[in-house]
Formats: sequence, structure tokens, C-alpha cells
Amino acid sequence: MENRLELLNSVQMARFVARGSLRLDAVVPAEMNAEGLAVLADGVPSVPYGTPLSDAYDNGSFVRRLLALPRVAGALRSLVGPEPWVDHHFVHTRAPHGGTAQALHGDAIIDVRPDAFDVQLMYYPQDVTLEMGGTLSVPGSHLRRINESDTGRYQNLRGQDRLVCPAGTVVFLHHGIWHGGRRNDSDILRYMFKIRFNPRVRQRRLWDTSDLHDPQVTAELDAMFPWYEGATGRLERYNRILLWRHLTGDDGFDLDHWVTRVSNRPQEIVT
Amino acid sequence: MTTEAMPSARADTAAATEPVLRQQVLVLYLDGSALDSRVVGWSRYDGTGRTSPTTGDSDEPPYESGVGALLDGWRLFQAAQLIPPYPGHEYDVSFLKHEFFFERLVDVRAS
Repeated sequence: MENRLELLNSVQMARFVARGSLRLDAVVPAEMNAEGLAVLADGVPSVPYGTPLSDAYDNGSFVRRLLALPRVAGALRSLVGPEPWVDHHFVHTRAPHGGTAQALHGDAIIDVRPDAFDVQLMYYPQDVTLEMGGTLSVPGSHLRRINESDTGRYQNLRGQDRLVCPAGTVVFLHHGIWHGGRRNDSDILRYMFKIRFNPRVRQRRLWDTSDLHDPQVTAELDAMFPWYEGATGRLERYNRILLWRHLTGDDGFDLDHWVTRVSNRPQEIVT
Repeated sequence: MTTEAMPSARADTAAATEPVLRQQVLVLYLDGSALDSRVVGWSRYDGTGRTSPTTGDSDEPPYESGVGALLDGWRLFQAAQLIPPYPGHEYDVSFLKHEFFFERLVDVRAS
């Protein structure tokens, strides 16, 4: 199903490592979005956990064509590699004037793998306005060690992303990102289709690395977000550096000496 | 274990001249452990039932710092302790560290 791929570049991957998300605006064409709305309204039959992607969706089905779009397929390949498992999928809806927002949470259970990650694809078949309660997510929260909805006490964080997007937008999220469906204060039923993917190969240099040494890569990895406490923000960069080392295989990579400084334990004895 | 009923705190049981107080709670997450640090996160809970704050309902904090809340009449009643990291987990990141709980008592009989 991967006929043509538009892989991510290193700057985009670095942005994903820093933010924990990648957004592709209006990447799905309008005619597919109209079809998608009907498909989601009817429901998408579940697939067994851990089904290889090529076995998960029938040839010609809407979901298979969605995942074959060159930019979608390329992003998925760049993030988790070829033929990932489909962990599960789900059609999420937020009813008009639908009561409450979801508590801020990370999906599944606490997941602290230092050298691997799942991604969750979120597809929005319709324009999402602020009133429709688009998904709330917190940039740069994905490396925080929390379990599911233990973060529910946090209602708002500076720099949070309250999704407003055009129809056909696809967002990829790192499994650890804090997020939640917001309260829908509009008259419109809102849909979002989510698929979680598990990698089956080592996630190393799966993207287009021709720009690996572009200065913008380090600029992206060095990003701070407005909700970070200053001191903890330094630890966020420390952890990102370690993840970038795993993804690139470059054990010497660093930003401003953060990791090198605190791991420097010379063994040479001077006589 | 007692089986006595909890005394009612409903407004219609109080004497007509007495205030009926309800608690509003504001939680501020600050950039540092000092109360005059910048606000990085916030939550609100309203015991009057007049508002229903919820997740993701605003992008701008109600105050710029913890002291800003004091200046507006909120009373601090709990501050996060400073706890050293567990050995071996010094570089882990998890919950927000600098959490401050404030309250305000509101007379629900007042207009």
C-alpha cells in the first residue's frame, strides 16, 4: 500500500521529538473527507490488536486509501517504519453541547521506553472550530512520566494547543502526549478517527536524513514551551537529546553540553 | 464508624440573616517554587455552582503570578513541598512541581 512516500526530513523529525506531534493540514482531499464522514458515522470495524498494517484494512477501503496518501504514508514510515502493527483504532465523537471535556491524559498506561515509541494518527474529516472542542494537546509533554489521567487536575497550560484545523487534517502524536477531547459548545457533531501504530523495526534513521546537519535541527530540539518550569525545561532537553541519539545512532550528539557535562567521568589516572 | 447523617450545608437551612459561604478553588502552577513566580498552568473549581470551568477552556492565565492572586483576594492554603529526586531518577520529568492552592469564600446569598 506504500506506492509513493513523502518522507519527513530531519527538521520535521526534530520538531516531532521536541513537540511530540506532527500536524499535516488539509492533507486529505475534500472528496475523501465527505466520504470519510459517512464512513466514520457508520463505524469502522475493529481489527485484532497487533494486526500488521497491510492486513488490517481491505484493499480499496477508505482507511486503506487514507493511509496510502503520500504525505500520510511518508510520515508514518518516517516515524515507525514499514509495516507497523495496528494496535487499535477508534472513532471518537464529541456531541453538540456535549457536557464535559475529557480530563487531560496520556493514552494506555505509563510507557517509558527510552528508545522506541508508538504514534497515534488523528484524522479530522471536517473543519474544526474552537467552539467544536477540537483535541487539546500539550506540546512537549510526551516525555513526562505520568500514568493515564493522573494529570486530570491540570485544566490549562500556557502554550497548550486547542486544535482548530481545516477538514482533512491529520495529526501524528507520540504515545506519551498529554491530550483530551474538549467540550463541544457548538451545534455540530465532531468526529475524529484515531489509529495507534506500534513499530516493528528499530526506529533509527527511518526518515530522509539528507538534512541531518541542518542548524534548524538543533534549533527545533532546543525548543522550550511556555508551560515548562525553567528548571524542568532543562531536563526536557536532556531527555530529548537522549531520544535523538537513539533515533540517529549518534551517541555524541548534544545541545549546549547538557548531557556531556553530567556524564563526564574521566577514568584516566595521571601519575 | 458513625452512622450519623452529615449536617446539611444547603443555603435553605441557614438563618435568613447569615451568610451562606461556598468555596471557590484556584490552583496555580508556577515557573518556580517562589510564590511570585510566573504562572504556567491553572485550574479552577467553583463551589457556588455558578460557573463550570473545565479542561482546555482558556489560553490566558487568570493572573501572571501567584502573588497576583493574593492581590486579588485569594487566600493560599497549600503549597507543594520541595522533594528531592529519587536516586537514579534525577533526570526524569513528570508532574508539574510548583503547585499552589488558593481559596475564596463567596456568600451565595449575595447577588
